[in-house]
Amino acid sequence: MLSYILRRLAVLPVILLAVSLVIFAILRLAPGDPALSYLRLSQIPPTTENLAIARENLGLDKPLSDQYATWLAKAARLDFGRSYVTGRPVMDEILYYLPATLELAGASLLITLGLSVPMGVAAALRRDTALDHLTRAVAFAGVSIPNFWFGFLLVWLFSVELGWLPPLGRGGLSHLVMPAISLALMSLAVNTRLIRASMLETMHHRFILYARARGVSEGTVVWRHMFVNALIPILTATGMHVGELLGGAVVVESVFSWPGVGRYAVSSIYNRDFPVLQCFMLVMTVIFVVCNLAVDIAYAVADPRMRLGGQGGRA
Amino acid sequence: MIRTLFAKKLTVLALVLAAVLVAMAVFAPLLATTDPDRTDIGRKLEPPSLSEPLGTDHLGRSIYSRLVYGARASLGSVAVIVTAILVLSFVVGGASGYLGGTADAVIMRLCDVILTFPTFILALFLIGILGTGLTNVIIAIVMTHWAWYARMVRGMVLQLRNREHVLAAKVAGTPALLLGARHILPPVAAQMAVLASLDIGHMMLHVSGLSFLGLGVQPPTPEWGVMIGDARQFLRTAPQLMFFPGLMIFLSVMAANILGDALRDRLDPHLVSELDHGH
Repeated sequence: MLSYILRRLAVLPVILLAVSLVIFAILRLAPGDPALSYLRLSQIPPTTENLAIARENLGLDKPLSDQYATWLAKAARLDFGRSYVTGRPVMDEILYYLPATLELAGASLLITLGLSVPMGVAAALRRDTALDHLTRAVAFAGVSIPNFWFGFLLVWLFSVELGWLPPLGRGGLSHLVMPAISLALMSLAVNTRLIRASMLETMHHRFILYARARGVSEGTVVWRHMFVNALIPILTATGMHVGELLGGAVVVESVFSWPGVGRYAVSSIYNRDFPVLQCFMLVMTVIFVVCNLAVDIAYAVADPRMRLGGQGGRA
Repeated sequence: MIRTLFAKKLTVLALVLAAVLVAMAVFAPLLATTDPDRTDIGRKLEPPSLSEPLGTDHLGRSIYSRLVYGARASLGSVAVIVTAILVLSFVVGGASGYLGGTADAVIMRLCDVILTFPTFILALFLIGILGTGLTNVIIAIVMTHWAWYARMVRGMVLQLRNREHVLAAKVAGTPALLLGARHILPPVAAQMAVLASLDIGHMMLHVSGLSFLGLGVQPPTPEWGVMIGDARQFLRTAPQLMFFPGLMIFLSVMAANILGDALRDRLDPHLVSELDHGH
């Protein structure tokens, strides 16, 4: 067990190196001269002299491999340069906005797991009843509704018409409810369908019949035997949902003016503030990779068969 | 029995819906009552009436006409995206499976790296670097999605390569190109069509979400996500501005999802559900 975990952890630096290489490569795709856009955003007149100084300061006169090495050495010290717009270190800015996003995504993950488990299990146990049909209809609608539209519908109903909840901003629980539900909708729907399907699949295994024959109580059969075995695909999906939630947060934050890192990243796209954008990209990817690693390890704990092959699902 | 009948009815309904939406996109100039970009400040924010069935927006433009034209951007971009992803994944995944060795290893590691990123965030980053606009949104979504498909194509090619009928054709001296075209491409294409159809709804949501953020289709071009973005400031005074475009996205995505599911159940459900696992 320990050796499996250590082996998985050992791969982490390799993954992060590959990730950094891709981010650096994409940064070089930017059309136009970075020195020129730097000067324009810093409101310095783009004379030939200023351009040369900017190129030297930004290290653009060196070969690409040197630029990557410098960039990587700085990245390792969490130094991603300064925002073109505010002039402050971007890592500080990202860390300032990050807690709000983690709060939102975390609340959505809780809603997803907290609701999809009872809904999926109940639907599977009461297959083809009204409850099952309702659950499936809700799950089906959930994967088709754009989260930003659903957010506005909630605001319209609960803030404009009923006046129960604040329409925007961050504060207490009342501020969190609507954004968290909007963001959770998609993963909740996907998870509910998945739990229902994998419960139905394990239901027909012989060991379930055998457990019943031994006189094991129905509750134990459902949770200890069926659910634990149905858990594997749910774990994989949860790893993916972290990615969905981080991405979805960008859109939902905009709907509710939630002061998170996603909204900040979108504004940095309008401003072409590349240092902010690359730092955002790297931080989000690291969170995603670490969560998936945790899922992989949880996987091995839940299912001893996985320890040998160590094959994960789609990351 | 009742279930399958219901499922069939639902599929037919989705098929009709999809046909209507595609017709909307194709025949937009015939169906629209006015020019979707024509502004008339004197008639702004009108509620639905006989002359304007769905009302007018904050610039006095016809919501109905804008919805009809909006089908073009939404459906058109997804069509381009899916085609590009399929072509790219066929070429790259096929080459990877066919060549094997170092080329295969390099291509697959590249795919692994791309799949390491959270998809939507990587797309966002690409758009941030390339600049906003529908073309760059399409490029970003293709670049972030092709790797998964390429890996699927490669897996299928490897599986098929050692099937008996393929080996028999090979022994009989069929040239490689013909072998690929006749025995490998058709079954792979069928499976990939199913996988792609299951993804269409998701991609529509991505495109409309990015447009809503102001990163995709640029105003004044009518697009459903942009229309919702424009409507946000009138949530209190004219909520109908936001209802209709959202409903259009919802219906399109739902139709695509129902048809994707139906297609999967119809074509070799076993293989696809296996491959689809965890997607």
